[in-house]
Amino acid sequence: MDMFTAMHNGLVQMGVPLWLANLVPPLVKSLILLLFILLNCMFLIWMERKVAGHMQRRMGPMRTGPHGIIQSLADVIKLISKEDIIPSGVDRWVFVLAPIVAFAPAFAVFMVIPFGPTLIAQDLNIALIFIAALTSFVVISFLMAGWSSNNKWSLLGAMRSTAQLISYEVPLVISVVAVALLAGSLSLQEIVEAQRQSFWYILVQPLGFLVFLTASLAELNRSPFDLSEAEQELVAGYNTEYSGMRWALLYLTEYANLITFAAIASTLFFGGWSGPVLPPVVWFLIKVYFFIFLVMWIRWTLPRIRVDQLMELGWKGLLPLSLVNLAFTGVYVLIR
Amino acid sequence: MQEMVARTESPGIRSEELFVNMGPQHPSTHGVLRVLTRLDGEKVIDAQADIGYLHRCFEKIAEKRQLFQVIPYTDRTDYLAAIHDELVYVMAVEKLLEIEVPERAQYIRFIMSELQRIASHLLWFGTFAMDLGATTAFLYAWRERERLLDIFEAVTGARMLYNYLRFGGVRNDVFDGFESTVERYLKDFEKRLEDYHELVTGNRIFEKRTQGVGVITAEEAIAYGASGPVLRASGVKYDVRKNDPYLLYDRYDFEVPVGQNGDCYDRYMVRMQEMVESAKLVRHGLADMPSGDVMGKVPRRIKLEGDTYARIESARGEVACYLVGDGSDRAYRLKWRSPCFVHLQLLNIMARGGLIADLVASIGSIDIVMGEVDR
Repeated sequence: MDMFTAMHNGLVQMGVPLWLANLVPPLVKSLILLLFILLNCMFLIWMERKVAGHMQRRMGPMRTGPHGIIQSLADVIKLISKEDIIPSGVDRWVFVLAPIVAFAPAFAVFMVIPFGPTLIAQDLNIALIFIAALTSFVVISFLMAGWSSNNKWSLLGAMRSTAQLISYEVPLVISVVAVALLAGSLSLQEIVEAQRQSFWYILVQPLGFLVFLTASLAELNRSPFDLSEAEQELVAGYNTEYSGMRWALLYLTEYANLITFAAIASTLFFGGWSGPVLPPVVWFLIKVYFFIFLVMWIRWTLPRIRVDQLMELGWKGLLPLSLVNLAFTGVYVLIR
Repeated sequence: MQEMVARTESPGIRSEELFVNMGPQHPSTHGVLRVLTRLDGEKVIDAQADIGYLHRCFEKIAEKRQLFQVIPYTDRTDYLAAIHDELVYVMAVEKLLEIEVPERAQYIRFIMSELQRIASHLLWFGTFAMDLGATTAFLYAWRERERLLDIFEAVTGARMLYNYLRFGGVRNDVFDGFESTVERYLKDFEKRLEDYHELVTGNRIFEKRTQGVGVITAEEAIAYGASGPVLRASGVKYDVRKNDPYLLYDRYDFEVPVGQNGDCYDRYMVRMQEMVESAKLVRHGLADMPSGDVMGKVPRRIKLEGDTYARIESARGEVACYLVGDGSDRAYRLKWRSPCFVHLQLLNIMARGGLIADLVASIGSIDIVMGEVDR
């Protein structure tokens, strides 16, 4: 991006050593992204509670600020000021590391997400592979959290989410591959560009989108697939023993992943930042928030699926569907 | 306490049973139920209920208090359907003392007891849906129950623990406009019930989570002494209201919904249909309610002699009270039959071979109230 090149050049001219100058733009970029994620997550947590409330004929948070808008801020302050508890039976290092391992990839994914024509931290030409690789990282953190907690409920939750994430990763990636086939590129920026020149891929990929949506819900541990933290069954799943900031980090990861999903869904199937009249960033955010709302809507409507039914749906339902979709897309690309 | 069984499934891999202590502080054990669960992976091998966390020595206290002082205690056995427990106790005493209850009081008891059934089933509907992960249905059901509780509050002065029935009648008459209030409520309620069916009943996930889950056969249900919706869901058409009518149940015609498979889904459907029948009965009662006194003639000095057994169909099943008197104004012995206690014995049958999620659904489907289990 031009601004960052200018910043880099300016620093070099001012006599800053080259290695330091090289370090500055990425640091600034990641700080901006981090801020974006944190602010959005805080907003999302408030939004989730409001959406849930209004769907259930409640008000949601109302006391802190107008319509409880700074409720999340209050929560953050509460969580920060809480005692930092590491239960005595846990595997200390793994327990401490797990939230960080969870959050880092969720954060890194935002690097390749195009917010606008030039608003992207790094336009990787293998962005889709990058995303698939990073998002599957979360399994490790869940397993770390569940195992190190030394709690049976945590362990069960971790086992569930591992099985779930691994089996849903496959249809998810295959449904994404179909889009890459259509666009002829793995770069998100080019996929958006390809859609601008033709049409939104949802028109030719309705099945692919459905598979993507379902698999993503499972990847996100969202209802009806929120088995790993099924409150009614597993108390709180893998994060049962977590509290304070560590818990907040796990929670944050969840919402960061939610934004990632919404961003990818709108980029791959709904033309990303492209749209008339309004600036690209606004279009992008509108689409992202639409998908986030969709996920919340689903969450507060459906009951939870059972673990064996989840596996069945993944392997017997989504995987064949995604393969069929891929095959048809291949034929379509050939005769296009 | 439980032996850990190590088994070898394939060379090099050793798997063990997992013993999990579910409760008494667990989100879906409906109070303080503790289930000692042995798991093979997620599969339940054995689930033993451990009870007693809410034991209050109700039966012993009943021996030490004067008869009328026991009525508030009966409220606290099944606190979600308190009228039913008051009713069975009051009926037992009235039977023994041969007290006549005026017609209007009978009607009030009748209407209140059916409204109570609706309130209790509504709460059950909500919590059951929540056990399956559908939180919204819970709050919808709560909304309807809230209005019912308002009606109860207007009549009795309390929302849950009424202390409303008296030997020989009820404490006070209903408020003016009771009929129209209830009528309005029922109209809205029936509309809402359709919403519930739309939100929950037809849902594929809901059906998959409940059909074939926690099956109790008719033989098992009878052998364990199950009653109420649990028994009827297994296909046994037995309802104390029909088989041993009390109050005014012999005067009015109503359906007794029965299931076929005895799974969670059938138990769900039976309760949902029962609410409709209850609404019908309430309408009948409202239409025919006579005017007059609400308290009959009760002797000033009560001497309880002999023994008697009274039973009713509560929201959860057959609640019964065995009362023995020795000529004093206190019960010599009071034995309470609690349907929840009986149904809890079936937990192992329902849960064995299923997954943890099924165990949760099973606990939810028998509509457990720990206050009644432990007394």
